[in-house]
Amino acid sequence: MSRPASRRPEYHKINKDLFVLTYGALVAQLCKDYEKDEDVNKYLDKMGYGIGTRLVEDFLARSCVRRCHSYSEIADIIAQVAFKMYLGITPTVTCNNSSRNEFSLILDKNPMAEFVEELPAGRSSLCYCNLLCGIIRGALEMVHLPADVTFLQDRLKGDSVTEIGITFLKKQDEKKYRQKK
Amino acid sequence: MADEALFLLLHNEMVSGVYKSAEQGEVENGRCITKLENMGFRVGQGLIERKNTVLLLADLFRFTKDTARFKDELDIMKFICKDFWTTVFKKQIDNLRTNHQGIYVLQDNKFRLLTQMSAGKQYLEHASKYLAFTCGLIRGGLSNLGIKSIVTAEVSSMPACKFQVMIQKL
Repeated sequence: MSRPASRRPEYHKINKDLFVLTYGALVAQLCKDYEKDEDVNKYLDKMGYGIGTRLVEDFLARSCVRRCHSYSEIADIIAQVAFKMYLGITPTVTCNNSSRNEFSLILDKNPMAEFVEELPAGRSSLCYCNLLCGIIRGALEMVHLPADVTFLQDRLKGDSVTEIGITFLKKQDEKKYRQKK
Repeated sequence: MADEALFLLLHNEMVSGVYKSAEQGEVENGRCITKLENMGFRVGQGLIERKNTVLLLADLFRFTKDTARFKDELDIMKFICKDFWTTVFKKQIDNLRTNHQGIYVLQDNKFRLLTQMSAGKQYLEHASKYLAFTCGLIRGGLSNLGIKSIVTAEVSSMPACKFQVMIQKL
Protein backbone atom coordinates (compact mmCIF):
# COMPACT_ATOMS: atom_id res chain seq x y z
CA MET A 1 0.00 0.00 0.00
CA SER A 2 1.55 3.22 -1.05
CA ARG A 3 0.78 6.34 0.81
CA PRO A 4 2.85 9.47 0.56
CA ALA A 5 4.92 9.71 3.72
CA SER A 6 4.34 13.44 3.93
CA ARG A 7 0.67 12.83 4.62
CA ARG A 8 1.33 11.17 7.96
CA PRO A 9 2.26 14.15 10.15
CA GLU A 10 -0.92 15.93 9.08
CA TYR A 11 -3.39 13.56 10.52
CA HIS A 12 -1.28 12.47 13.40
CA LYS A 13 -1.22 15.79 15.12
CA ILE A 14 -1.37 15.44 18.87
CA ASN A 15 -2.31 18.23 21.15
CA LYS A 16 0.24 18.74 23.90
CA ASP A 17 -2.16 20.21 26.38
CA LEU A 18 -2.91 17.10 28.40
CA PHE A 19 -3.29 19.01 31.66
CA VAL A 20 -5.50 21.74 30.19
CA LEU A 21 -7.75 19.23 28.42
CA THR A 22 -8.01 17.03 31.52
CA TYR A 23 -8.93 20.04 33.57
CA GLY A 24 -11.64 20.95 31.09
CA ALA A 25 -13.09 17.43 31.24
CA LEU A 26 -13.05 17.63 35.04
CA VAL A 27 -14.91 20.93 35.15
CA ALA A 28 -17.46 19.63 32.65
CA GLN A 29 -18.03 16.56 34.84
CA LEU A 30 -18.37 18.69 37.97
CA CYS A 31 -20.93 20.90 36.24
CA LYS A 32 -22.91 17.74 35.60
CA ASP A 33 -22.58 16.56 39.21
CA TYR A 34 -23.27 19.84 41.00
CA GLU A 35 -26.06 22.24 40.17
CA LYS A 36 -24.77 25.24 42.09
CA ASP A 37 -21.74 27.18 40.85
CA GLU A 38 -20.48 27.69 44.38
CA ASP A 39 -20.37 23.93 44.93
CA VAL A 40 -18.23 23.47 41.84
CA ASN A 41 -16.03 26.38 42.91
CA LYS A 42 -15.61 24.91 46.37
CA TYR A 43 -14.79 21.47 44.99
CA LEU A 44 -12.18 22.91 42.62
CA ASP A 45 -10.63 24.92 45.43
CA LYS A 46 -10.44 21.86 47.68
CA MET A 47 -8.93 19.77 44.91
CA GLY A 48 -6.45 22.51 44.16
CA TYR A 49 -5.50 22.64 47.81
CA GLY A 50 -4.68 18.93 47.78
CA ILE A 51 -2.60 19.38 44.65
CA GLY A 52 -0.82 22.47 46.02
CA THR A 53 0.31 20.73 49.18
CA ARG A 54 2.13 18.18 47.03
CA LEU A 55 3.12 20.43 44.15
CA VAL A 56 5.15 22.68 46.44
CA GLU A 57 7.60 19.83 47.09
CA ASP A 58 8.05 19.31 43.37
CA PHE A 59 8.49 23.05 42.94
CA LEU A 60 11.09 23.39 45.68
CA ALA A 61 13.01 20.43 44.30
CA ARG A 62 13.07 21.87 40.77
CA SER A 63 13.61 25.51 41.47
CA CYS A 64 16.20 25.92 44.27
CA VAL A 65 14.68 29.19 45.36
CA ARG A 66 16.48 30.90 48.15
CA ARG A 67 14.80 31.88 51.40
CA CYS A 68 12.43 34.84 51.11
CA HIS A 69 12.41 37.79 53.43
CA SER A 70 9.19 39.46 52.46
CA TYR A 71 5.76 38.68 51.13
CA SER A 72 6.48 40.62 47.99
CA GLU A 73 9.46 38.39 47.26
CA ILE A 74 7.18 35.39 47.62
CA ALA A 75 4.57 36.88 45.32
CA ASP A 76 7.33 37.51 42.77
CA ILE A 77 8.52 33.92 42.99
CA ILE A 78 5.01 32.57 42.54
CA ALA A 79 4.55 34.70 39.44
CA GLN A 80 7.98 34.53 37.87
CA VAL A 81 9.15 31.06 38.80
CA ALA A 82 6.21 28.85 39.67
CA PHE A 83 3.73 30.06 37.07
CA LYS A 84 6.44 30.05 34.44
CA MET A 85 7.47 26.53 35.36
CA TYR A 86 4.04 24.93 35.39
CA LEU A 87 1.93 27.02 33.07
CA GLY A 88 4.46 28.79 30.90
CA ILE A 89 3.24 32.29 31.72
CA THR A 90 4.50 35.10 33.94
CA PRO A 91 1.72 37.11 35.56
CA THR A 92 2.41 40.67 36.68
CA VAL A 93 2.54 41.26 40.41
CA THR A 94 1.02 44.29 42.07
CA CYS A 95 0.86 45.13 45.75
CA ASN A 96 -2.55 46.20 46.91
CA ASN A 97 -2.03 47.69 50.32
CA SER A 98 0.44 49.60 52.43
CA SER A 99 0.97 46.84 54.97
CA ARG A 100 2.31 44.84 52.02
CA ASN A 101 0.47 41.62 52.63
CA GLU A 102 -2.10 41.83 49.84
CA PHE A 103 -0.98 41.13 46.31
CA SER A 104 -2.51 40.56 42.93
CA LEU A 105 -1.31 38.37 40.11
CA ILE A 106 -2.55 39.72 36.82
CA LEU A 107 -2.78 37.24 33.96
CA ASP A 108 -3.59 38.56 30.52
CA LYS A 109 -3.41 35.08 29.13
CA ASN A 110 -4.75 32.09 31.01
CA PRO A 111 -3.53 28.80 29.56
CA MET A 112 -5.94 26.76 31.64
CA ALA A 113 -8.86 28.40 29.89
CA GLU A 114 -7.29 28.20 26.46
CA PHE A 115 -10.07 26.12 24.95
CA VAL A 116 -12.86 27.88 26.77
CA GLU A 117 -14.48 30.73 24.88
CA GLU A 118 -17.16 31.52 27.38
CA LEU A 119 -18.74 30.07 30.47
CA PRO A 120 -21.52 27.56 29.81
CA ALA A 121 -25.07 28.86 29.94
CA GLY A 122 -26.43 29.24 33.44
CA ARG A 123 -22.95 29.09 34.95
CA SER A 124 -22.18 32.75 35.28
CA SER A 125 -20.62 32.57 38.72
CA LEU A 126 -18.42 29.61 37.93
CA CYS A 127 -14.78 30.33 38.71
CA TYR A 128 -13.44 28.13 35.96
CA CYS A 129 -9.85 28.21 37.20
CA ASN A 130 -10.58 27.96 40.88
CA LEU A 131 -8.19 25.03 41.04
CA LEU A 132 -5.38 27.60 40.74
CA CYS A 133 -6.47 29.43 43.88
CA GLY A 134 -6.54 26.18 45.81
CA ILE A 135 -3.11 25.20 44.50
CA ILE A 136 -1.54 28.49 45.57
CA ARG A 137 -3.25 28.34 48.96
CA GLY A 138 -2.20 24.72 49.58
CA ALA A 139 1.36 25.32 48.51
CA LEU A 140 1.73 28.42 50.70
CA GLU A 141 0.26 26.64 53.68
CA MET A 142 2.80 23.85 53.38
CA VAL A 143 5.56 26.41 53.80
CA HIS A 144 3.81 27.95 56.80
CA LEU A 145 2.44 30.96 54.98
CA PRO A 146 -1.33 30.76 55.34
CA ALA A 147 -3.11 32.96 52.85
CA ASP A 148 -6.48 33.69 51.32
CA VAL A 149 -6.44 33.28 47.56
CA THR A 150 -9.37 34.25 45.36
CA PHE A 151 -10.21 35.45 41.90
CA LEU A 152 -10.72 39.20 41.86
CA GLN A 153 -11.29 39.50 38.14
CA ASP A 154 -11.99 36.86 35.53
CA ARG A 155 -11.71 37.23 31.75
CA LEU A 156 -14.30 34.52 31.32
CA LYS A 157 -16.78 36.65 33.25
CA GLY A 158 -16.22 39.65 31.02
CA ASP A 159 -13.41 41.41 32.84
CA SER A 160 -10.47 42.64 30.83
CA VAL A 161 -7.92 40.56 32.70
CA THR A 162 -7.82 37.66 35.08
CA GLU A 163 -6.67 38.72 38.52
CA ILE A 164 -5.82 36.44 41.43
CA GLY A 165 -5.65 38.09 44.85
CA ILE A 166 -3.34 36.69 47.53
CA THR A 167 -3.72 37.95 51.10
CA PHE A 168 -1.08 36.67 53.46
CA LEU A 169 -2.60 36.07 56.86
CA LYS A 170 0.34 36.30 59.22
CA LYS A 171 1.59 39.74 60.15
CA GLN A 172 4.96 40.75 58.65
CA ASP A 173 6.76 41.25 61.97
CA GLU A 174 5.46 37.93 63.28
CA LYS A 175 7.08 36.29 60.29
CA LYS A 176 10.39 38.06 60.87
CA TYR A 177 10.37 36.92 64.48
CA ARG A 178 9.81 33.32 63.42
CA GLN A 179 12.67 33.49 60.93
CA LYS A 180 15.10 34.82 63.50
CA LYS A 181 14.52 31.69 65.53
CA MET B 1 8.90 17.73 33.08
CA ALA B 2 7.08 20.21 35.23
CA ASP B 3 3.77 19.99 33.40
CA GLU B 4 3.80 16.22 33.85
CA ALA B 5 3.84 16.73 37.61
CA LEU B 6 0.74 18.91 37.36
CA PHE B 7 -1.12 16.32 35.32
CA LEU B 8 -0.11 13.43 37.62
CA LEU B 9 -1.28 15.30 40.69
CA LEU B 10 -4.51 16.35 39.03
CA HIS B 11 -5.18 12.79 37.91
CA ASN B 12 -4.61 11.42 41.42
CA GLU B 13 -6.85 14.05 42.96
CA MET B 14 -9.53 13.24 40.41
CA VAL B 15 -9.40 9.55 41.27
CA SER B 16 -9.63 10.16 45.03
CA GLY B 17 -12.29 12.83 44.51
CA VAL B 18 -14.49 10.54 42.46
CA TYR B 19 -14.25 7.78 45.06
CA LYS B 20 -14.67 10.06 48.04
CA SER B 21 -18.05 11.26 46.88
CA ALA B 22 -19.24 7.74 46.16
CA GLU B 23 -20.50 5.12 48.55
CA GLN B 24 -19.09 1.65 49.05
CA GLY B 25 -19.99 -1.28 46.87
CA GLU B 26 -19.57 -2.92 43.50
CA VAL B 27 -22.12 -0.73 41.71
CA GLU B 28 -20.56 2.47 42.98
CA ASN B 29 -17.10 1.25 42.04
CA GLY B 30 -18.35 0.60 38.52
CA ARG B 31 -19.87 4.06 38.35
CA CYS B 32 -16.63 5.69 39.45
CA ILE B 33 -14.63 3.76 36.88
CA THR B 34 -17.12 4.83 34.19
CA LYS B 35 -16.88 8.47 35.24
CA LEU B 36 -13.11 8.43 35.04
CA GLU B 37 -13.17 6.55 31.75
CA ASN B 38 -15.58 9.07 30.24
CA MET B 39 -13.37 11.98 31.27
CA GLY B 40 -10.42 10.20 29.69
CA PHE B 41 -12.45 9.69 26.52
CA ARG B 42 -13.13 13.42 26.20
CA VAL B 43 -9.48 14.20 26.69
CA GLY B 44 -8.40 11.52 24.24
CA GLN B 45 -10.64 13.08 21.63
CA GLY B 46 -9.19 16.48 22.38
CA LEU B 47 -5.66 15.21 22.03
CA ILE B 48 -6.26 13.96 18.49
CA GLU B 49 -7.79 16.85 16.63
CA ARG B 50 -10.73 15.73 14.60
CA LYS B 51 -10.10 18.06 11.68
CA ASN B 52 -6.85 16.33 10.95
CA THR B 53 -8.43 12.90 10.64
CA VAL B 54 -10.56 13.64 7.58
CA LEU B 55 -7.77 12.51 5.29
CA LEU B 56 -7.35 9.30 7.23
CA LEU B 57 -11.02 8.37 6.98
CA ALA B 58 -10.98 9.00 3.25
CA ASP B 59 -8.09 6.58 2.97
CA LEU B 60 -9.89 3.92 4.99
CA PHE B 61 -12.92 3.97 2.75
CA ARG B 62 -10.89 3.75 -0.40
CA PHE B 63 -9.70 0.27 0.46
CA THR B 64 -12.27 -2.47 0.28
CA LYS B 65 -10.05 -5.45 0.95
CA ASP B 66 -9.91 -6.56 4.58
CA THR B 67 -6.14 -6.91 4.54
CA ALA B 68 -5.74 -3.27 3.56
CA ARG B 69 -8.08 -2.27 6.31
CA PHE B 70 -6.19 -4.21 8.91
CA LYS B 71 -2.95 -2.69 7.75
CA ASP B 72 -4.40 0.75 8.41
CA GLU B 73 -5.68 -0.39 11.76
CA LEU B 74 -2.27 -1.72 12.71
CA ASP B 75 -0.70 1.56 11.60
CA ILE B 76 -3.05 3.42 13.86
CA MET B 77 -2.28 1.14 16.79
CA LYS B 78 1.42 1.61 16.18
CA PHE B 79 0.84 5.34 16.17
CA ILE B 80 -0.89 5.04 19.52
CA CYS B 81 2.01 3.01 20.86
CA LYS B 82 4.68 5.39 19.63
CA ASP B 83 3.71 9.01 18.98
CA PHE B 84 0.61 9.16 21.13
CA TRP B 85 2.09 7.36 24.13
CA THR B 86 5.29 9.43 23.91
CA THR B 87 3.45 12.72 23.84
CA VAL B 88 1.21 11.78 26.74
CA PHE B 89 3.47 9.59 28.88
CA LYS B 90 6.95 10.55 27.65
CA LYS B 91 7.78 7.00 26.60
CA GLN B 92 6.61 4.40 24.08
CA ILE B 93 4.57 1.31 24.72
CA ASP B 94 7.02 -1.50 25.36
CA ASN B 95 5.18 -4.30 23.62
CA LEU B 96 2.29 -4.52 21.14
CA ARG B 97 0.60 -7.82 20.40
CA THR B 98 -2.35 -8.60 18.16
CA ASN B 99 -4.34 -11.56 17.00
CA HIS B 100 -4.89 -9.83 13.64
CA GLN B 101 -8.60 -10.07 14.27
CA GLY B 102 -9.19 -6.75 15.97
CA ILE B 103 -7.69 -7.38 19.41
CA TYR B 104 -4.55 -5.56 20.46
CA VAL B 105 -2.66 -5.71 23.74
CA LEU B 106 -0.46 -2.77 24.64
CA GLN B 107 2.06 -3.42 27.37
CA ASP B 108 3.73 -0.65 29.33
CA ASN B 109 6.33 -1.99 31.73
CA LYS B 110 6.70 1.25 33.64
CA PHE B 111 3.36 2.98 33.42
CA ARG B 112 3.77 6.60 34.50
CA LEU B 113 0.59 6.75 36.50
CA LEU B 114 1.57 3.72 38.57
CA THR B 115 5.28 4.22 39.22
CA GLN B 116 4.62 6.31 42.31
CA MET B 117 2.18 3.81 43.73
CA SER B 118 4.14 0.65 44.27
CA ALA B 119 6.62 -1.76 42.75
CA GLY B 120 4.95 -5.12 42.91
CA LYS B 121 1.71 -6.34 44.35
CA GLN B 122 1.06 -3.73 47.02
CA TYR B 123 -2.15 -1.71 46.42
CA LEU B 124 -2.96 -3.96 43.43
CA GLU B 125 -6.67 -3.76 44.21
CA HIS B 126 -6.58 0.01 43.69
CA ALA B 127 -4.68 -0.06 40.42
CA SER B 128 -7.79 -0.25 38.23
CA LYS B 129 -8.91 3.15 39.53
CA TYR B 130 -5.73 4.66 38.17
CA LEU B 131 -6.09 3.02 34.79
CA ALA B 132 -9.68 3.96 33.97
CA PHE B 133 -8.85 7.46 32.77
CA THR B 134 -6.13 6.16 30.45
CA CYS B 135 -8.44 3.50 29.01
CA GLY B 136 -10.80 6.31 28.10
CA LEU B 137 -7.90 8.31 26.71
CA ILE B 138 -7.01 5.52 24.29
CA ARG B 139 -10.66 4.97 23.34
CA GLY B 140 -11.14 8.71 22.73
CA GLY B 141 -8.00 9.04 20.63
CA LEU B 142 -8.99 6.02 18.53
CA SER B 143 -12.49 7.40 18.14
CA ASN B 144 -11.16 10.55 16.49
CA LEU B 145 -8.99 8.39 14.29
CA GLY B 146 -12.13 6.67 13.02
CA ILE B 147 -11.94 3.57 15.20
CA LYS B 148 -14.60 2.45 17.63
CA SER B 149 -13.27 0.29 20.42
CA ILE B 150 -13.56 -1.04 23.92
CA VAL B 151 -10.49 -0.58 26.08
CA THR B 152 -9.77 -2.39 29.32
CA ALA B 153 -6.68 -2.68 31.44
CA GLU B 154 -5.10 -5.21 33.71
CA VAL B 155 -2.21 -5.12 36.15
CA SER B 156 -0.47 -8.09 37.65
CA SER B 157 2.59 -6.40 39.04
CA MET B 158 3.08 -2.65 39.25
CA PRO B 159 4.20 -0.54 37.55
CA ALA B 160 3.70 -2.78 34.52
CA CYS B 161 0.25 -2.94 32.99
CA LYS B 162 -1.54 -4.06 29.85
CA PHE B 163 -4.21 -2.23 27.90
CA GLN B 164 -6.48 -4.40 25.81
CA VAL B 165 -8.12 -2.77 22.80
CA MET B 166 -11.04 -4.53 21.10
CA ILE B 167 -11.90 -2.97 17.78
CA GLN B 168 -15.63 -2.80 17.15
CA LYS B 169 -16.62 -3.43 13.59
CA LEU B 170 -18.94 -0.66 12.42
